[in-house]
Amino acid sequence: MHDVSTDRPSSFPELRRRGFLAATGVGALALAGCGGPGTDDGAGKDDGSPTKGGRLRAAFAGGGASETLDPHLANLFADVARAKALFDKLADYGADLSAVPRLADRWEPNKALDRWQVTLRKAVFHDGSPVTAKDVLYSYRRIADPKQAFRAKASLEPIDLDASRATGARSLEFVLKRPTAEFPNVLAAFGAYIVPEGATEFDEKPVGSGPFRFVSFTPGRSAVFRRHDAYWEGAPHLDEIEFVVANEESARVNALLGGQVEYAHELNPTTARAHEDKGRIEIVRLRGSAMQAFCMKTDRPPFDDPRVRQAFFLIADRRELVDGALSGAGEVGNDLFGKGYEYYADGLPQREQDLGRARSLLKRAGAEDLKVTLDTSAVAAGFTEAAGIFRDQAKKAGVTVDVRMGSKDSYWSDILDNGALCCYRSGAMPIEAHISQRLLTDSTTNATKWRHKDFDALYQQAQSTRDKAERAAVYERMQRRLYAEGGFLVWGFADWIIGTARNVKGVDAKAPANTLDWARFDTVWLA
Amino acid sequence: MSGLRSFVARRLLLGGVQTVAVVLLVFALTEALPGDAAVALAGDQPDPARVAAIREAMELDRPAWERLADWAAGLLHGDLGTSLVSGRPVRQYLADGFGPTLLLASLTVALLVPVGFGLGVLAARHAGRPVDRLISSVTLAVYAVPEFALGVLLVTVFALRLGWLPPTALGYGTDLLAHPAALVLPVLVLLSRPVCSLARLVRAGMIDALASPYVAHARRYGVSGLRIRYTHALPNALAPAAQQLARTVDWLLCGVVVVEALYVIPGLGTVLLGAVAERDVPVVQGLAVVFGVLTVVLNLGADLVAHRLTPRAGVAA
Repeated sequence: MHDVSTDRPSSFPELRRRGFLAATGVGALALAGCGGPGTDDGAGKDDGSPTKGGRLRAAFAGGGASETLDPHLANLFADVARAKALFDKLADYGADLSAVPRLADRWEPNKALDRWQVTLRKAVFHDGSPVTAKDVLYSYRRIADPKQAFRAKASLEPIDLDASRATGARSLEFVLKRPTAEFPNVLAAFGAYIVPEGATEFDEKPVGSGPFRFVSFTPGRSAVFRRHDAYWEGAPHLDEIEFVVANEESARVNALLGGQVEYAHELNPTTARAHEDKGRIEIVRLRGSAMQAFCMKTDRPPFDDPRVRQAFFLIADRRELVDGALSGAGEVGNDLFGKGYEYYADGLPQREQDLGRARSLLKRAGAEDLKVTLDTSAVAAGFTEAAGIFRDQAKKAGVTVDVRMGSKDSYWSDILDNGALCCYRSGAMPIEAHISQRLLTDSTTNATKWRHKDFDALYQQAQSTRDKAERAAVYERMQRRLYAEGGFLVWGFADWIIGTARNVKGVDAKAPANTLDWARFDTVWLA
Repeated sequence: MSGLRSFVARRLLLGGVQTVAVVLLVFALTEALPGDAAVALAGDQPDPARVAAIREAMELDRPAWERLADWAAGLLHGDLGTSLVSGRPVRQYLADGFGPTLLLASLTVALLVPVGFGLGVLAARHAGRPVDRLISSVTLAVYAVPEFALGVLLVTVFALRLGWLPPTALGYGTDLLAHPAALVLPVLVLLSRPVCSLARLVRAGMIDALASPYVAHARRYGVSGLRIRYTHALPNALAPAAQQLARTVDWLLCGVVVVEALYVIPGLGTVLLGAVAERDVPVVQGLAVVFGVLTVVLNLGADLVAHRLTPRAGVAA
C-alpha cells in the first residue's frame, strides 16, 4: 500500500512521466529502457518532441579547487547537480516534496512501521554490473560511518544498519530504531546516493547508476559526462553534459547571453527582470525554493514570552519584505515552513501586518520600548535587505531593532545558539524533515530552541500513524501550534531563478531547488 | 661589484625574513577569523556533532602551534602540505592556478611596457599642448574607473552588444591560449590602470629631465632632440617606472581577483578566494609563501634596475 506510485500520480500531474512508468510497472520500464525518444512526454509542455544529441553546458556557482565528485560529500548545488547526473538515490523528492521511488521500485512497511521491505528496480551501473541490495547497504554504511562526517548521516539515523540486511539480490529489509511512517523521506535524503559496493575513490573514474557516465573532471572548472545508454529510465536526450563553474553571477549571465553556456543556475531577480520576455534567453522561476524567515529564540528574553513572538508576527509586512528583499521574486509566507508541500496547513488565515495589535500585545507582555538585536549577514541573498526593512517596520510598533552584521562563513553556526533574533533561510525539504531537524527537543539544528515534550510526542504519533489522512491531521495540529506561537517568522518563499538558452527544452519549471526535477538533465534536450 | 653582491645578499636575507613574517601573520590571521574549516564546510547544517566530526577528520582539534610546526617542517622539504578540504596537495593547487595567472600577467606586461612608455614619452614631448592634455586627461579618467566597472562595461559593449569577443573564458579551463579572443577583454582591464600610472610617471620624469640643467647643456652643444630624449632624459624617468612596473607585476601575479572572477579565469586569485572562504589554511599558507617570495624577488629586481640606472641615488635596502 505504500507503493507511492499508486496513489500519487494524480496529485502532481507534472510528474506524469514517472507516475506513468511506475504505475504500469515492468512493461513500461522495458519500453523506456529501449530509449526511443517517443517514450517521453511531449504532452506535458509545448516544447515539441525531444531531439537527441548535443552537449549542454551548464554554469553553476561551485566550490572552487576543492570540489570532489564523491556524492556523499555533496554540499553545494553544483555538487548535487553533478551527483544527480552520475548517481541515483533510492527515492527522491517530487515537486510537493513527497518521496518518489527511484532505484527503489517499491517499499512496504510492517504493521509497526519499524521494518520496511524495499525492492530495487532493475538498474545497472556504468560498468554494466547490476545495482544490488549489497550496494545499497554499502552506500548507507559508508554514509553512516561514525569516523566520517557525511551530510546525510543525520538523515539515515533512524536506520539500524547492523540489523538491516539484504533478503535477495534486489530486495532488502531495513530495520528501524523506531516507527517511521515517513521512511521514504530517508531514502530520498539529501546526499543519500547509491555507489557500488567497495567504492571509495570518486575523482578518478566514478561509477554510478545515474543517467550520465563520467568522462572528465577538473575541480572548480569543468566536469564532462556522457549519456548512459543503459539508464533504467531511458537514456538521456543529450549526448553530453558539461558542468562549468562560475561563482560570479554576472559571469554566469554573460556566458549565457554570449552563448558560452546554455543553462545558468542561480540568477538574481534583477537579472531575471531585465531579460524576461526579451526573447534572448528563457527565465525559469522555481517557486517555493527557499523559505525566508526571522528566527526567534523561544527560550530567552524577550521571545520566551509568546505574546512578544505573536507581536513580531504582526509587525512584519510580508509583501514589503518580499518586494524589497527579494525584488519581488517570491511569495509571502504565513509563519509556516513548506508552502505548497505535502502536509502543509494551507487552511490557516494569511497573517497580515497589524501594528495596533502588535503594540497591545507588547504592552501586555510588559515589553514596551523593546530593544532587540537582529543578527544578519551577507550569507544569503536578501538577508541584509530584509533586516533593514524589518527594522523600519518594527520601529512603527515602537520596537528598536539593532541590526548586527555577522561573518558570512560562520553565520549558520554562530546563530545556532547565540543571539535572540536572526535572519534565516532554508532550502526545500519535506515538512517532516523540517520538524525533525529543527523543532524537536533533541534536534541538532534547533535554532528557535523550540523544545516541547507534547510537540515531540505529536511528532512520534505522526511517525507511528499508518493512515495518511490521520497523519496529515497530526501534522496540521503541529503546524497550528507553530502558527500560533512558534519561533519562525516565515515572511516569504523565494523563487530560484534559472536562465536557459532559447533552444533548451524540457527544463522543469515546477520543481523547487533540491527536488528531483531540479537541475535534472536527462530529460532536457536541445532543439 | 662586491658592494652589489652584498646588497643582493642582504636583500635576499631580508626577503626571506619578510616571507616568514608574512606566513606567520597569515597563519595568525586565519586562526583569528571567526569559524574554522569545519564550520565553513558544515554551512547551513551546523549540527554540532557533525562539526566536531569534521574537525577531528581534518585534525583541527590539534593545537595551532602543532599544525604550524608540522607545516613548517614539511616546507623545509619543499612540501607545501595538503588541502584540508579536498586532501589534494597544495602544490597542485598552485600549479593549476599559476598558468592562467602567469599568462595574463605576461601578456599584460608585454603590452604595458611599450604602451605605457610610448604614451608617456609622447605626452612629455608635447607637454602642455593638446596631445599631452588629451593623454593626461584620458589616462586620469581611465585610472579612476574601478576594474570591476570597466570589466562589466567592456563585456556589455564588446561581447554582448557587438558580439566581437566572448564574454568570459568559461569552460576553456587552463587552455586559454587556444582561445585568444577570450583573453582580450581581461588583458584590457588589467592594462587599464597600470598603463595610466606608468604613462603619467614616465611623462613626469621626462618633463623634469627635459627641464634639467644637463639637458639644457646638451641642447647648447647641439645634441639632437631625439638623442636628448632617449639617451639623456628617458633613463631618468626609468628608475621610478621600473619600480612601479615591479609593483604592477606583483599585483598581477598575486591574483587579479576581480578580473579572474569576472571573466572566469581559474588563476591564483580564484584559488585564494576559495581557500579563504573555506578556511583552507594550508592552501592560504602556500599562496602566502609564493606571493611573498615573488614580491621579494620582483622588488629586488626592480631595485637592481634602479641601482643600475641611477647609481648616484644609492639604493636603500
